[in-house]
Amino acid sequence: MNSLLALAAGESPAIYLGWGDFVIQLGNFVVIIVMLVLFALALVLPFPAAKRRK
Amino acid sequence: MSAPTGSTGQHAEPEEEFYTWTGKTRRWVLKKLPPDKLLPQDQPSYVASWIYVFGMGAIASLVIIIVSGLILSLNGPLWWHVSGFGHFINSTHLWSVEFFFLFMVVHLWGKYWMAAWRGGRVLTWITGVVSFAVSIVAAFTGYLLQTNFDSQWIAFEGKDALNAVGIGAWFNVANLGQIFMWHIVLLPLAVAAIVAFHVILVRVHGVVPPLDAADTDAQLQPAPQPVPQAQTLQQPTEEPTEVAR
Repeated sequence: MNSLLALAAGESPAIYLGWGDFVIQLGNFVVIIVMLVLFALALVLPFPAAKRRK
Repeated sequence: MSAPTGSTGQHAEPEEEFYTWTGKTRRWVLKKLPPDKLLPQDQPSYVASWIYVFGMGAIASLVIIIVSGLILSLNGPLWWHVSGFGHFINSTHLWSVEFFFLFMVVHLWGKYWMAAWRGGRVLTWITGVVSFAVSIVAAFTGYLLQTNFDSQWIAFEGKDALNAVGIGAWFNVANLGQIFMWHIVLLPLAVAAIVAFHVILVRVHGVVPPLDAADTDAQLQPAPQPVPQAQTLQQPTEEPTEVAR
């Protein structure tokens, strides 16, 4: 837990992921995945019904 | 001054004559962006989708960026190193920027895949692209203001690129005072102005319909033009259109 907090506070060296020549920082990778998930959910999730006016 | 012309019925709007630049400007603005388009009560039914919320999410993030940035700028770039509250505001500023870009990118994807430049919306698309580019420069100057080893590293990596394109003398990333001015004055004003223009263009042209929207959708028809009273009396009652509330 402390290591996670230290990581979040920027006190530890960044974690890098690599596949062959492709290297990406973990934080950037997470943000890109979150964006893709949000985009997909926005297309499939139903939008809440509007409140009816009185 | 105005002169009513040709109004005979009691329900007729008097036609106004515009002969000054202020009057002509008002006529042009009201024609392009009447109040009901600027601040609409309803949106077309197709807007009731999650993919349409990300532009507003980016704007909400921008508001938080500006408010937290204002507090940071009033206290100076070193404040967040020595104050717990300053650290909190600095983190709020950072995370609102993260969300701003996150929402903006998803907004960009959504608009790209629905070809949102259709229907005379090219300038809306272009202002979106420009706001994205200017926001990247604004974020870059923000990273330079951290006043820590990160900002030193970024500045001394970036200066070579900027010198290579010949603007290092005017945009010196190693000059904290100059970058502070860019970050809290010029670039926020530029981002806010472009985003405001972008939103006004969305209001003028309306929210872009989905690609598979039927051509008969009432929302895709041009806005009704004012017609002379004699014709108005002969017009049948307009059918209500489906709207999302």
